[in-house]
Amino acid sequence: MQQTKTILDVEQIRKDFPILNRKIHNKPLVYFDNAATSQKPSVVIDAIKNYYEQSNANVHRSIHQLGEEATEAYEKSREKIAGFINADSSQNIIFTKNSTEALNLLAYSLTSSLKKGDEIVISQLEHHSNFVPWQQLAKQKGLNLKFIEINKNIELDKESIKKNITKKTKIVSVGHISNAIGTINPIEQITKIAHENGALMVIDGSQAAPHMPLDMEKINSDFYVFTGHKMLGPTGVGVLYGKKELLENMQPFLYGGEMINEVKFEGTTFNQLPWKFEAGTPNIAEAIGLGIAIDYLQKVGMGGIHEHDKELTEYAMEKLSKVRDVAIYGPKERGPIISFNVKGVHAHDVSQILDSEGVAIRAGHHCCMPLMGVIGVAATARASFYLYNTEEEVDVFIKAIDKVKKVFGV
Amino acid sequence: MDIELMYQENILDHYKNPRNLGKIENATVHHHEKNPLCGDELDMFLVIDKNSKITEVKINPKGCAISVASASMLSEELKGKGIDDVEKMTKENILKTLGIPISPVRLKCALLSLDTLKNSALIYGRYVKK
Repeated sequence: MQQTKTILDVEQIRKDFPILNRKIHNKPLVYFDNAATSQKPSVVIDAIKNYYEQSNANVHRSIHQLGEEATEAYEKSREKIAGFINADSSQNIIFTKNSTEALNLLAYSLTSSLKKGDEIVISQLEHHSNFVPWQQLAKQKGLNLKFIEINKNIELDKESIKKNITKKTKIVSVGHISNAIGTINPIEQITKIAHENGALMVIDGSQAAPHMPLDMEKINSDFYVFTGHKMLGPTGVGVLYGKKELLENMQPFLYGGEMINEVKFEGTTFNQLPWKFEAGTPNIAEAIGLGIAIDYLQKVGMGGIHEHDKELTEYAMEKLSKVRDVAIYGPKERGPIISFNVKGVHAHDVSQILDSEGVAIRAGHHCCMPLMGVIGVAATARASFYLYNTEEEVDVFIKAIDKVKKVFGV
Repeated sequence: MDIELMYQENILDHYKNPRNLGKIENATVHHHEKNPLCGDELDMFLVIDKNSKITEVKINPKGCAISVASASMLSEELKGKGIDDVEKMTKENILKTLGIPISPVRLKCALLSLDTLKNSALIYGRYVKK
């Protein structure tokens, strides 16, 4: 692949995203809050509108033309997702509301068979959604929750990985890319260590799925979760990938319609995969929208998106590291996320002043309060990039940082 | 929003040099409040006399310019005020004191000081004044 600025036709890509035409405080929008949620291309917005205007019906049960169209589109989307991450089949793909729901499903279902004293290992880097469910279930069931520690670079410490994952470990759950810092975790190595110790491996891929090609066969984790809205899809739809034999043996998380096989007064048998885990009418339009988003991503090419995001992040890191009185957190090699602070200025004020220049970033603890405590900051400012962002936008961002310093007299 | 209007000189002055900074060892009420959304924190120490009047105030704020300036400005108004006056204070009082446009998302920052003060008064009424 050519390592130049023209990996993607960003100018062309930008035309597909209507929101990028918006002016914010009379300035062009520079959207650098992609780790929170991405913007949506017209094809996704149109697909949702088109579904409601042309094919709206409930899935799986309605024996009429619209019902068939809705079901076909919904299930086709599942197949696209399976292809997107190289899963064995669409049976491995369960639609959830988001990553958080997928992680809750796993936390409830996987701990149901655990005994007091069994261990779960997560890391200090985790988002609250891959932290609180395990913490709460560990408390309820008397399980030990252990944490892989970070090193000075805010990467998972190699020794700590080995020290914490032992024969007592039943579940390991770590993020692929840290949402707060951008650290890329060695998930294949951790998966190997987890499996050597007989533990199940869960990966929170919320920040990875939008930005890099994924291959479930290669990663070999037992479960992998991600969310649609961070990868050009609508809100309200997420994905749980799981190995088939494991999913088959798991207890459902939500009970209700659609997930049943037969219901009698005495008891109930459950539907087969993947519907066993999809109780109630799902977010049909959103799931279809996610399928269209995946078509779009694949048309652009995940390899190219990965290269583009990497180069843009390197460009921004280089520019930002040259600005005096700016502290950047985490390793040099990272996902498309830069977490930083301007000396003497709270991240909220940084974000507010950047907004006045049209630049949207995130400020706060990024749902990683334990991590912030370990790093020793209350909050950071976070810029995160995607396929439609440009070097020119990074330059606007850097200029806006100068304005922050000017306003605060730094 | 005009950003220079929001971060005007007196706001930045209070942020960089908060008034009544410090702590009081034998405070009648010491209360700590945190805004979990953004991590802003405020410690407030009050000495309250037998007539339920505030005679001394110290604060230790950590947070953004708006929350720190708000706490600093509020602390300047408290000496000599009765707890009954505190109970009557509203968010409009705080916003008027700040005197800058506050967007809805920053309202929590601006009002951390008032929440801390109100809860201090509540603690005083419930547990101290007997």
